[in-house]
Amino acid sequence: MNENNNLLVRLRDCGVQKSSKWIVKGISLEIHKGKIVTLIGPNGSGKTTTAKMALNILKSDEGSIENYSTKMAYVPQKISIDWTMPLRVIDFMNLTSHINKDEIIEALELTGVQHLIYDEIHNLSGGEFQRVLIARAIAKKPDLLVLDEPVQGVDFNGEIALYNLIKEICIKLNCGILLISHDLHFVMSATDHVICLNGHICCSGSPKSIVKNSSYIELFGEHNAATLSLYQHEHDHSHQTDGSVKN
Amino acid sequence: MFDDFFIRALVAGVGIAIVAGPLGCLVIWRRLSYFGDTLSHSALLGVTLAYSFSLNIAFSVFVISAVVALLLVSLQKRTKLAGDSLLGLLAHSTLAIGLVLIGFLSYIRFDLMGLLFGDILAVTTADIGLVWIGGSIILIILYFIWKSLFSATVNYDLSAAEGMRPEFSNFIFTLLLAGVIALSIKMIGALLITGLLLIPAAIARNISNSPRQMIVIAILSGILSVVVGLFASLEINTSSGPSIIVVALILFIISLVPLEIKGQLQKR
Repeated sequence: MNENNNLLVRLRDCGVQKSSKWIVKGISLEIHKGKIVTLIGPNGSGKTTTAKMALNILKSDEGSIENYSTKMAYVPQKISIDWTMPLRVIDFMNLTSHINKDEIIEALELTGVQHLIYDEIHNLSGGEFQRVLIARAIAKKPDLLVLDEPVQGVDFNGEIALYNLIKEICIKLNCGILLISHDLHFVMSATDHVICLNGHICCSGSPKSIVKNSSYIELFGEHNAATLSLYQHEHDHSHQTDGSVKN
Repeated sequence: MFDDFFIRALVAGVGIAIVAGPLGCLVIWRRLSYFGDTLSHSALLGVTLAYSFSLNIAFSVFVISAVVALLLVSLQKRTKLAGDSLLGLLAHSTLAIGLVLIGFLSYIRFDLMGLLFGDILAVTTADIGLVWIGGSIILIILYFIWKSLFSATVNYDLSAAEGMRPEFSNFIFTLLLAGVIALSIKMIGALLITGLLLIPAAIARNISNSPRQMIVIAILSGILSVVVGLFASLEINTSSGPSIIVVALILFIISLVPLEIKGQLQKR
């Protein structure tokens, strides 16, 4: 094992190259049990790619990945639900491991979709399906949970409830969470470590150290204000068009 | 009991239908019908090679189908052509090579119709053994890789992230498809094998609402198609492959009826 039993994943200087272009480069991060690490950044900044490296779906073309996790669960960003398969929610819950029915119902109750258990997946709305995806990941009782924009398409009240649930799960299961989110409100208030990506790690640290003026967000509270304040981090470098650092 | 050619054909046919059921469902779910077609067209090349070098037909068909499947994967990585173009390229060129080779082998008496459309008279006792033993092996392997295959069919990334090793099971699945084609070529014929994979699974899709139910119904409707098709083939003296597929088509049309009724009820 490792010197620190709480360590689940460690990326050291990792990156992914696609047709001789680096999608992300120089990524170092650690995920520990009971902690939430959040990735934020603009579209195409490599958030999903970084998550896939942590999950061992993508191989890193440089650096090293250590993975001590024994059970990973994943809520992917996009699943096409145009399936030719007659798949009910209950079948989907059992997709990668057998989970007993009581636990399935319990998990679906947590995300508020227990009434859909025998419905066919392709009849669900986007938001309902997202709730099922989260429930499935929780029901697996993972030690590492990776959530890629988990609340997309979920109604406003549901969003808050689900974010609270994610926080609760992290404590209850003592699992490490890697979260990709655009909801800076939640990111700033509930996560332990924030990484700002743009093809590389622009800055990282505790939410407070990321946004120098955290009271600014609390004062205005609005999504836009939060967004603006977040990107007001002090830049000690400038970007080229592909996001790499200009020397 | 196996003395009668018709009984032999029935026993072999039912065996094939049982194996084709679950594989056919996967072919439908993964949208691989053209892939199945390509493999079965290349099967004809396998048969001619078997005659040329006096190999076992099923073995030779299996090897050629597997080679074609691997070629497809490597071409997909190397070229910029879409999957369906590559499939068409491989299907028709292997079929053409097979037919050209048949021309060279004029000294062997060939039943081309039999190869393309199946011939129940050709089913021997050894073939029955091959179908049932080979079929059992295919089903046992399928059982062991099922969770991985199934989860990768739903979502590849999810399956990979949660430790299901989908790349490996995808590869094995390709070999299993080649296997079922090798087993059924004598009975159904190179041109129509995909029909026996697809149509029973399509019937099942119409009237089932869970994956397990769909597999069971696919197997049952496959067996029904084979039995009725073979009787029809005997009665009116038609090729076995087309007769089985026509029966399957009729069952498919019948399976649309519950869908129609359901649709009408929902409109009210």
